[in-house]
Amino acid sequence: MSKLKIILNGIIKENPTFVLILGMCPTLATTTSAINGMGMGFATMVVLICSNMVISLLAPLIPNKVRIPSYIVVIAAFVTLVQFLMQAFVPSLYETLGIFIPLIVVNCIVLGRAEAFASKHNILESALDGIGIGLGFTIALTLIGLVREFLGNLSLFDYKIFDSDGMLLFVLAPGAFIVLGYLMLLFNKLKEGKN
Amino acid sequence: MRRGRTVNMAKKSSLLNMALVLTLVCLFASAAVAVVYSITKEPIQKANIEKINKAIEAVVPEFDNNPSEEIISVAPNASEPDKTNKVYIAKKDSQIVGYAIESTTTKGFGGPFTIMVGLTPDGTIYNTSVISHAETPGLGAKITDNSSLFIQQWNGKNIVNGSLKIAVKKDGGDIDAITASTITSRAYCDAIEIAASVFENISNQ
Repeated sequence: MSKLKIILNGIIKENPTFVLILGMCPTLATTTSAINGMGMGFATMVVLICSNMVISLLAPLIPNKVRIPSYIVVIAAFVTLVQFLMQAFVPSLYETLGIFIPLIVVNCIVLGRAEAFASKHNILESALDGIGIGLGFTIALTLIGLVREFLGNLSLFDYKIFDSDGMLLFVLAPGAFIVLGYLMLLFNKLKEGKN
Repeated sequence: MRRGRTVNMAKKSSLLNMALVLTLVCLFASAAVAVVYSITKEPIQKANIEKINKAIEAVVPEFDNNPSEEIISVAPNASEPDKTNKVYIAKKDSQIVGYAIESTTTKGFGGPFTIMVGLTPDGTIYNTSVISHAETPGLGAKITDNSSLFIQQWNGKNIVNGSLKIAVKKDGGDIDAITASTITSRAYCDAIEIAASVFENISNQ
């Protein structure tokens, strides 16, 4: 696989949100606004890249039977690091995402890529896979957040477009499912058209 | 066996190597966490103090002391003396010009939230400001908008002489709730009410 292909694979062919349908909990919970979705996406991407790289190095040394606990420990350590760093250097983002950051540990995208990709590929390919899947996740979350924020609050990236109230439904949980469903449909339609 | 899976699975599991590998992985992971914790400890503390200072500045009249160094702890409820709120005292020319009371309500829609209530010495609200919250964006999160009518309506109201009924109009009080965010508005009233009892206890001290 060429380097570019690994990255594109994560964004389009195996987009974690629209194709693999992994990590639905943060997808639905954090996309109340575009900026929140983007922040969650980037935080996950950082963890994904780091854990992929470390796991691709460790995988040959880890006995088969304890590989899952070992991966989880590595991932949990990186999540904690991200949490500390965000709290220290971007407190305003931590404010909005704080309660969702620990959820990255149980995000099946991260463990899934460790098991399905990083443990069988070298460090460079694993890093690229982390970037690709991470970008795919970030783009998906930003898109969902963008649509929900626009319909629900009539604003884009906290910038008010129309000065009135939107359809509140879209900011609340049901709106997340509706927007996710339609975007998934659109994404797969476009993807099929391309093939 | 499935193809691909066998490629890198060189290590056979034995009790010894499983225990060894897990111990080492955990050891390194906790070492990394410990290092980053010690590096970020100070910036995190600084960020928290800054947040509090900003909130204090927003809610009390101009002062020239350092309120985050003049803190007293006051219990809002005399029957529970262990549960205290922090009160920051703002002074100008050694005269008390205001109290900033940190007040946390557990009745928020998205969990507890904390506000800073600024009172002048006679118990009139100077301003209020949200320190941390988890309310719904676009709905309850409007409490963070200091220019909103909901936040503005508190300013200049005296909360200790009984002239204001601290409750939303739906519950027979004097406060206009945020549209579609009655629970958040009620919680805000709750936080103000806690601050009012704290203030009364300061005056009694």
